[in-house]
Amino acid sequence: MSTYSIQTERLNLWYGDFQALINVSVDVVDGIITSLIGPSGCGKTTLLRSFNRVNERYGNVTTTGEIKVLGKNIYDPDVSLPELRKSVGMVFQRPNPLPISVYENVVFGLRVHSSRTSLKKSESDEIVEKSLREVFLWDDLKDKLKVRATTLQLEQQQKLCIARLLPLKPQVILMDEPCSALDAEATRAVEELMVSLVGRYTILIVTHNMAQARRVSKECIFMLLGEIMEHSRTKDLFITPQNPKTAEYIEGRYG
Amino acid sequence: MINRSRLESVTERIIEGIIRFCGFSAILFVFGIFFFVFREGSGFLFSGLDIGQFLTSPEWFPTSVSNKRYGVLALLAGTASVTALSMAIAVPFGLGAAIFVSEFCGPKLKETFKIVIELLAAIPSVVWGFIGLTVMNGVIIDLFDAPIGLTVLNGGIILALMSVPIIVSIGEDALKAVPDSYREAAEALGATRWQVIYRVLLPAGKNGLLAAVLLGIGRAVGETMAVLMATGHSVQFPSNILDSVRTLTATIAAELGEAPVGSDHYQVLFIIGILLFTITFIVNLASDLVVKGIRNK
Repeated sequence: MSTYSIQTERLNLWYGDFQALINVSVDVVDGIITSLIGPSGCGKTTLLRSFNRVNERYGNVTTTGEIKVLGKNIYDPDVSLPELRKSVGMVFQRPNPLPISVYENVVFGLRVHSSRTSLKKSESDEIVEKSLREVFLWDDLKDKLKVRATTLQLEQQQKLCIARLLPLKPQVILMDEPCSALDAEATRAVEELMVSLVGRYTILIVTHNMAQARRVSKECIFMLLGEIMEHSRTKDLFITPQNPKTAEYIEGRYG
Repeated sequence: MINRSRLESVTERIIEGIIRFCGFSAILFVFGIFFFVFREGSGFLFSGLDIGQFLTSPEWFPTSVSNKRYGVLALLAGTASVTALSMAIAVPFGLGAAIFVSEFCGPKLKETFKIVIELLAAIPSVVWGFIGLTVMNGVIIDLFDAPIGLTVLNGGIILALMSVPIIVSIGEDALKAVPDSYREAAEALGATRWQVIYRVLLPAGKNGLLAAVLLGIGRAVGETMAVLMATGHSVQFPSNILDSVRTLTATIAAELGEAPVGSDHYQVLFIIGILLFTITFIVNLASDLVVKGIRNK
């Protein structure tokens, strides 16, 4: 039996009067890639963004139900947002490295989460090298650590955005269409990177690209109009969909 | 018909000409002002005035019968001390307010704040002078047991109040220009609000914030009426903030009406004008270069 990183129980979410998520109950399996697919506006990004509560930035959000990350309800009053976001990292649609050096981007999370003096130069050097190696950037960037991260190529920026999560040792990485701003070659490179992270991290990826979902994910969740239609192994979902709506979507009848 | 009518193309040209003139007139006026100020002062500037003494002597006795001396060092010190004190107050307050308005305010409160700040910027400087002369004067005498309240402190506070609106509105623009994706990225990494501000927003917006400060300095250096009324108008090196001083601008405003046209005294006042022009030009140029630096990045 597999264990779950994220479990939601009858989750409802409103933006003002608009209900974006309806009775979502889902279990995300530990250590694999799960993809979230569905037409635009179906609530998949909203669902993703509620797992580290960044959707609360917009205000005007009401949530009922329960989200458990690693067994802990993240809406409990004693939950600290910085700690939650430390264990649930996020990669955004457009690469968004901070306008500081590559090096400082990688250690940003550590600086935010530790007191000023506790991070030694030798330690942080080591962490930067290790993190950049994990995302296959070390060879390209080892001589460019002082370069402003916003001047890198998009592919490198997006990999860096993944690398900067790693020093915090997150259990879950949320990815919101991480390849939609990238060309085919860069997409392939980022997908390879995702696959290489399997096992160590639970990865949840929102994608518009069904082929991408088939390539990288082991499980797949299909959403429509704020509800979960189907959640099964990716292979099964694409070959023998149980729900006729899923079948129509993956055949491209709408979306 | 492919051809445009004659009338249409003529009006088009006339309108273009008018707009072109409006654009160039700004340059024309700046050069015009510089030219006339320079012409009034140039005679004495090139023959008669000892520039070394002008810039390094604190002795300002333009109306002495036997020994006229034109040294502006004390006036420079007056301008510098009042400006420095006003910036010491206005920069932290202004930047703090800019951060508050841009990052912590709800949209409604933000609107209110912006209106109030614009209102503050619209108060005429002579009204600020009144406040310095009446309210602040009494307060300083009471609080510090000083013989007179028209001092560097008084002028500095008044100038700070006048510079804060500029620093707030330009500083807020600078912070607003920082893409929201940076804030989101930092928050998603677990940064608290304060960490987002000092680790991300301040570095990302530092050029714009510096420009805001420099424009505030420009405002403080050039201000005349309020400082004339609030600083006591006595030519001396201030030894502390409870001394009276006189600034370059106040000297011109106070003495130009009494100096006979064309006299050395009259011309020296214009040379002070050139000096002020140079100072504000350097400050503006610096802030301009800094703002350009933002765009190039």
